[in-house]
Amino acid sequence: MKQDMITTDILIIGAGPTGLFAVFEAGLLKLKCHLIDALAQPGGQCSELYPKKPIYDIPGFPEILAGDLVTNLMKQIEPFQPGFTLGERAETIDQLEDGTFIVTTSKGTKHHAKIVAIAGGLGSFEPRKPAIEGIAKYEDKGLSYIIKDPEVYRDQKVIIAGGGDSALDWSIFLAEVASEVTLVHRREEFRGALDSVEKVQKLVDQNKIRLITPAEILDIKGADQVESVVLQHNDEAKRMEVIECDAFIPLFGLAPKLGPIAKWGLEIEKNAIKVDNTLDYQTNIPGIYAIGDVNTYPGKLKLILCGFHEATLMCQSAYQRIFPEKRYVMKYTTVGGIDGFDGSRKEAEKAVVKKIGNH
Amino acid sequence: MSDVTITIIDREGVAHQVLAPTDMNMNLMEVCKAYELPVQAVCGGMAMCATCQCYIMSDHDLGERNDDEQAMLWEAEHVKDNSRLGCQIPITENLEGLIVELAPED
Repeated sequence: MKQDMITTDILIIGAGPTGLFAVFEAGLLKLKCHLIDALAQPGGQCSELYPKKPIYDIPGFPEILAGDLVTNLMKQIEPFQPGFTLGERAETIDQLEDGTFIVTTSKGTKHHAKIVAIAGGLGSFEPRKPAIEGIAKYEDKGLSYIIKDPEVYRDQKVIIAGGGDSALDWSIFLAEVASEVTLVHRREEFRGALDSVEKVQKLVDQNKIRLITPAEILDIKGADQVESVVLQHNDEAKRMEVIECDAFIPLFGLAPKLGPIAKWGLEIEKNAIKVDNTLDYQTNIPGIYAIGDVNTYPGKLKLILCGFHEATLMCQSAYQRIFPEKRYVMKYTTVGGIDGFDGSRKEAEKAVVKKIGNH
Repeated sequence: MSDVTITIIDREGVAHQVLAPTDMNMNLMEVCKAYELPVQAVCGGMAMCATCQCYIMSDHDLGERNDDEQAMLWEAEHVKDNSRLGCQIPITENLEGLIVELAPED
């Protein structure tokens, strides 16, 4: 195999709660995992759509914020040292003669794995793009729809457009990083966590964020990269304004699309991947599994807790497929503890066996 | 009284007349899903995706859009004056005879 290829036992597509928990179950079986996600951070919908919403049906948690669930899962899988390819979408899959797979992302990163587990949820989240002609030419040349590394914007003039949580939160964050932050929104009202709305108000009052509402960005100018944007104030005069900038970041939310996975030759039913729920959640292609919201079978429920169960059974099956000659018996973590790939060990404290007598 | 009759026109223009219970804490998006009409309901009913956007075609008074719904509809595509998010419309007795049309998908 080529040197620059990422190699792993189980390649998990989708870093939502189901994909993350699969790392834990695989780790108990000493299988290494690598995750690919189109989003810039792990957690899937929980991080992207509703990090601040409470979830009430995670067993053992009477109430937990979606964002906290992701934080906990990341901590739980830490000993198993998962690899991440974030901000890239799984594009193509090729099966080699030895039955292993190569998955290539939208940015050309290649992953070689014995098993592929699709935990893709509703699909990859594609940013909603503003309707500006020729916008593609500026992509990654000053124009981005997601923020992967905020340091890129240090001392730059940044324009953010949008009216939701991500527009608010990134405006707050970049106010300290960028030299100038301008926040543009079609409406005067923003929709976000109260705390974020108040913080933005404060930064606007302190002139750390320039707020332009109601307004819309109609065009981007620049020879090879973004140099300015053309904005129209949505007032009676419909005044136009050109604003010089180094970066333009429209944050109009994300829409999930099943995307390229739909063309991988898997059996699809109603936008979901058909799997064998009587056994191991394998798809019609042996070695490729689908777990969590992305799969379908009779009686399917799209619940995080069901995804956890599916991930667990998938890992057992994956183990058997990788080591057909080995016999394995499931071990309780209360008995076996956890041996991390980082050398860490967690185990139950030993009870003492000691005589208690009278003086 | 436990059921109302609602007509849902799908994206191919086909009208589906369905019975919706008023006593099961259901909303219009969930009724569409229950009858396997093509509503994705990506966010599951949190007014965060607009995949359950529909147009109210009859003259029923559904009240004002709530704040979350309004904010989502500012950002969504194909929004008209009679646009609503199905997930924010509880099924109540006064919806008897309601006619809605599913908005196009993005």
